[in-house]
Amino acid sequence: MFNRTPGKTRLKSYRSLPPLAALFMLFAASSRAEDPFFVTYTHQMEEPGNLELSSKAATGMPGIADRFLGAAAEFEYGVKGWWTTEVYLDGQSTAGQSTIFTGYRWENRFRVVPGEHWINPVLYVEYEDINAADKALLEIVGHDSAADLSVPNDEARRETLHEIETKLILSSYFKGWTLAENFIAEKNLSHAPYEFGYAVGVSRPLALTARPDRCNFCRENFQMGVEAYGGLGTHADFGVRDTSQYVAPTIAWTLANGTVLRISPGFGVTSSSLPFLLRFGVTYEIAQFGRAASKIFHTHGGNQ
Amino acid sequence: MKIVLIGFWLSFLSLIVCGEPKGSLVQRAPAKFVQLANPYQGNEAAVLAGSKLFSRECAACHGKDAHGIGKAPPLVTPDVRHAPPGALFWVLRNGSLHRGMPSFAHLPEPQRWQIVSYLENIR
Repeated sequence: MFNRTPGKTRLKSYRSLPPLAALFMLFAASSRAEDPFFVTYTHQMEEPGNLELSSKAATGMPGIADRFLGAAAEFEYGVKGWWTTEVYLDGQSTAGQSTIFTGYRWENRFRVVPGEHWINPVLYVEYEDINAADKALLEIVGHDSAADLSVPNDEARRETLHEIETKLILSSYFKGWTLAENFIAEKNLSHAPYEFGYAVGVSRPLALTARPDRCNFCRENFQMGVEAYGGLGTHADFGVRDTSQYVAPTIAWTLANGTVLRISPGFGVTSSSLPFLLRFGVTYEIAQFGRAASKIFHTHGGNQ
Repeated sequence: MKIVLIGFWLSFLSLIVCGEPKGSLVQRAPAKFVQLANPYQGNEAAVLAGSKLFSRECAACHGKDAHGIGKAPPLVTPDVRHAPPGALFWVLRNGSLHRGMPSFAHLPEPQRWQIVSYLENIR
């Protein structure tokens, strides 16, 4: 189905809430250069201790059914240089129906080879606890189709999905270009076949050199690219027959204050796909969240 | 199939557990990188651009003044200042998973050289 897939703290009481509030006021933003993709992953990991807050949304209209807006709130944390973990909270709103929370995902990415090579592998493992009304469309697998998105919320939300999704992420940087290829295998933990999918992307910043001044509109702040993604059937029916396939140009704009804005109009190229899918998102990275949080809670604990 | 999977995970774990040799990262740069020349040598604009990139990409860990924070070492040291530009470029490109130094290969090469220009000029 379409996107169902897709320092030790010493906090012991509510007295620790004031430092928590202080924590969010003290953070420094980080404005790491970001790739413009929505579906395709590169081998870039979150920097250790940094917390990235993102929101990704997708809107479309499946045939004669009601327009929807699916969204995912992401909390990505760099645990180690080789390990990035991420939690997603998904929800959606369908015109004329309802706005609902559709579940959560817990994702982990492991960089398996140190150093930079001509191609760099990353392993991805995700657990999903969502329902069939999820429309965040974070990936397309199996025989996901636009028809899946037409099921009314009241009916779709009754179907709970517990799934494990794995990806092999391969990517390279070459003369300013980013090339990424993802191979996806997903398994519903109940009796359901393995489903497969893919995502590939290529992108490049508009300028390879940085200007000396702080700026919002310099060319180096814009990354443009294109990604293609879709389902590859199941283990019993592998291939692109009756699958959704999309091609989506995409652009990311990094503001001087560190906020990254992304937008991507996607075009379905098979009859099972949505004809048009608009994705947009915003990302903000908090530098060294782990260190600041640890310091505040330790200091507070010591004062008690 | 099981043997392949077990072998793969053992290799992965050994990479994490064994880590890498101690000592400064710049001293571990391969010769082919050490001999690279900075295309922006003596370029003032590149130093300024490198300063901006340093604030964006590096200051969170190494400090705004590059004096180091916690495990992230200071960069205002003779070791860094006198390092061959190509060695600094290699460190930026590869990072060190074991030490928590990320790779900055996602930055285009010219921007990495601009950071090297800045590192060579900080006091």
